[in-house]
Amino acid sequence: MNVLTRVVPPEVTAPGVEAIAMTKRFGGFTALDGVSVRIRPATVHALLGENGAGKSTLVKCIMGFHRPDEGSIVIGDREVEIDNPRTAQRHGLGMVYQHFTLVPRMTVLENLVMARADVPAVIDWAKERRDLAAFLDTMPFRIPVDSPVAALAAGDRQKAEIVKQLYLKARFLILDEPTSVLTPAEADEILGLIRAMALDGRLTVLIITHKFREVMAFADEVTVLRRGRAVGSGPVSGHTPDSLARLMVGEAAVAAPAPRAAAPAGAVRLAVEGLRADDDTGMPAVRGLDLQVRAGEIVGVAGVSGNGQVELVQVLAGQRPAVAGTVRVNGQPYGATRAEARRHRVFCLPEEPLRSACVPGMSVAENMAFRVFDRPPFAAGGWWLKRGAMRRAAEALIARYRVKTTSPDAPIATLSGGNVQRAVLARELSGEVDVLVAANPVFGLDFAAVADIHAQIVDARNRGTAVLLVSEDLDELLELSDRLVVMFRGAIVHETATAAADLTTIGRCMAGH
Amino acid sequence: MDDGGLGWWGVPLAVLAGAIRVSTPFLFVSLGECLTEKSGRINLGLEGTLVMGAMSGYAVAYGTGNPWAGVLVAGLAGTVFGVLHAAICSLERVNDIAVGIALMLLGTGLAFFLGKPFIQPQAPQLPSLALGWWSDVPQVQSALRINALFLAGLLLAPLLVWALRCTRWGMVVRIVGESAEAARAMGYPVNAVRMAATATGGFLAGVGGSFLSLYYPGSWNEGLSSGQGITAVALVIFARWDPMLCFYAALLFGGAGALGPALQSVGVTQGYYLLNAAPYILTLAIMIATSSSRHRLAGAPAELSVTR
Repeated sequence: MNVLTRVVPPEVTAPGVEAIAMTKRFGGFTALDGVSVRIRPATVHALLGENGAGKSTLVKCIMGFHRPDEGSIVIGDREVEIDNPRTAQRHGLGMVYQHFTLVPRMTVLENLVMARADVPAVIDWAKERRDLAAFLDTMPFRIPVDSPVAALAAGDRQKAEIVKQLYLKARFLILDEPTSVLTPAEADEILGLIRAMALDGRLTVLIITHKFREVMAFADEVTVLRRGRAVGSGPVSGHTPDSLARLMVGEAAVAAPAPRAAAPAGAVRLAVEGLRADDDTGMPAVRGLDLQVRAGEIVGVAGVSGNGQVELVQVLAGQRPAVAGTVRVNGQPYGATRAEARRHRVFCLPEEPLRSACVPGMSVAENMAFRVFDRPPFAAGGWWLKRGAMRRAAEALIARYRVKTTSPDAPIATLSGGNVQRAVLARELSGEVDVLVAANPVFGLDFAAVADIHAQIVDARNRGTAVLLVSEDLDELLELSDRLVVMFRGAIVHETATAAADLTTIGRCMAGH
Repeated sequence: MDDGGLGWWGVPLAVLAGAIRVSTPFLFVSLGECLTEKSGRINLGLEGTLVMGAMSGYAVAYGTGNPWAGVLVAGLAGTVFGVLHAAICSLERVNDIAVGIALMLLGTGLAFFLGKPFIQPQAPQLPSLALGWWSDVPQVQSALRINALFLAGLLLAPLLVWALRCTRWGMVVRIVGESAEAARAMGYPVNAVRMAATATGGFLAGVGGSFLSLYYPGSWNEGLSSGQGITAVALVIFARWDPMLCFYAALLFGGAGALGPALQSVGVTQGYYLLNAAPYILTLAIMIATSSSRHRLAGAPAELSVTR
């Protein structure tokens, strides 16, 4: 296909899209400040930027979710007014969101048909199935149409999201971080197919990403946003990952990776043997997992989300009962009760800390005291709480961990994601820690916060803490871990020293090959 | 034991007859609740709706002399309650269960207040079909005297199964109940769909209530429902949100309710009150047996707050 299209210039049916001088203010905050982006027909255009740089705001303005305060949008050579997502769809604009928008328990067929604007009152499923099969024959994507979406692998689900937009006749596609839950191989396949369709002249693509590798390999042009302004734009060939990173972060100094003390790993602190646990539906999620973490070592757990990582962390945090197997800390059986956690100094930084490690309506000071509130000096006799002491301790932690809050008495739910993360980190890491379990600790945070939290984790390791780090971000694991294991279908399928890690092998293991 | 020579055979026959007779309000309330829950909201107020339907249906049937007018008005009263529930729940940060309990109390209280004058008079009753004409045995004839509303419910259950699978409306209700976010992304109005589903559910529950006062037991009094509306809500969970299973479950509960009187009719009087409690014991036992602290309920609409 590609050979042919390069010889014979294809007929270009996909439109070009141009956003001109877009400005969007939320109250006093300017999220977009006169940003212009020109996406030429039948190209893949990458939109790069940190969290909060304005990427989402820009595409939401293009898709009609937000009304820009200033600026205009040109599709093809006509200026258009897009006031809601339906209008965008009529103009052939489609967006694949970062979170999946298909209904998990319905089949691909049902999802696609119901997304159409012209669903008949009585649906003839046999006919719809035939029509969809005929449509799929013209597409490079292969997906099982009669499977419930929940039963699809993440890669197939992402394909289904893309196919849905194409089925709705989108010729301009916005992909928001499309590969964040995919293995490298799945990501390459999907981006390759998208790019082939663009080369064919059938599709124009705007892809939001923070992965330089994908920009360099699959995009024709790139626009970099920083703090609501376009700070760079042009063909990808004129850029290197380093130059893109500089554009993205600006002059702000990013904390250097925490220095790693080259201490040898010590005794085994955390040992998991034959662990089994079920997920919320009663299906096995962790199936016979074995794992050891030594003192002064960070063990990274890689894997595509949904392979039992969440359940593993919940068992270790005492939030989910194990079905079988043993967890030992310092050689003794560990049941994750409060007394055991205190005795063995086991601490946990779960993902989505606001939901799984905080009481949102209680104050920052109270949340920070959860581990110690019932012991001296915070409680007299184990039941009379001394709020003053708690508040003073919280103030010290807030200063030390740079938690931005209006006051220690503010409900923790009023803090931003990064600051909730810092507050929980302060609670879990401030004392003596023998074992730390951390799951996606920097998910959704900006560069500065990421560097900060990574430094804290490495620092804990240098002090002799055994760290189990579960993450969906392979780059994070490669940067922080001493040892890397790959989790697939609830078990460890691969183990390697990070220094000797081979990305291809890891990718294959993540996909279960 | 002089009961026409049937003897102990009278018991299963009476249970069958009772199942058909007693199950009808269960059936209508549970089909209505099933539809409401498919849209992702639970309406516990159906107990109040049921009593309100019984009262208003009886009053209108008495006033107009036409029992079917009573059924219609009972349904409309139920619709009003459904709309009220949906409207309150569509406000921010409103819990559907709390609203349901409030409406349950409001519905029963209002029905008792407005229904005082109708406790004495006798309203015209709903007709029934004599499907037992082929038999000479009076018990068989009376057991197969089947009311028209039961037959309507019998048709409604498969109709609902079909509609939820093969019509745009049914699919939209299910999408809203499975993922409000996905529904919004597809451009479907979540609150409006829930409003329609709750209103329809209320209509069916109201019709179920009219059966109580217009067929069996066939008069209006304040102890008429005795928790049947709430039992029917539990029955939806037991039936795994499947209208056809709702139908079978309603029959099962109806049969359990008829067990006590049936045994009494053949002379077994020991534990009469215990046997009368059979439906409630059955509810409890089934809920315990089919629930788990570790699993989500299979088949539950994902947006339902009680199963999240």
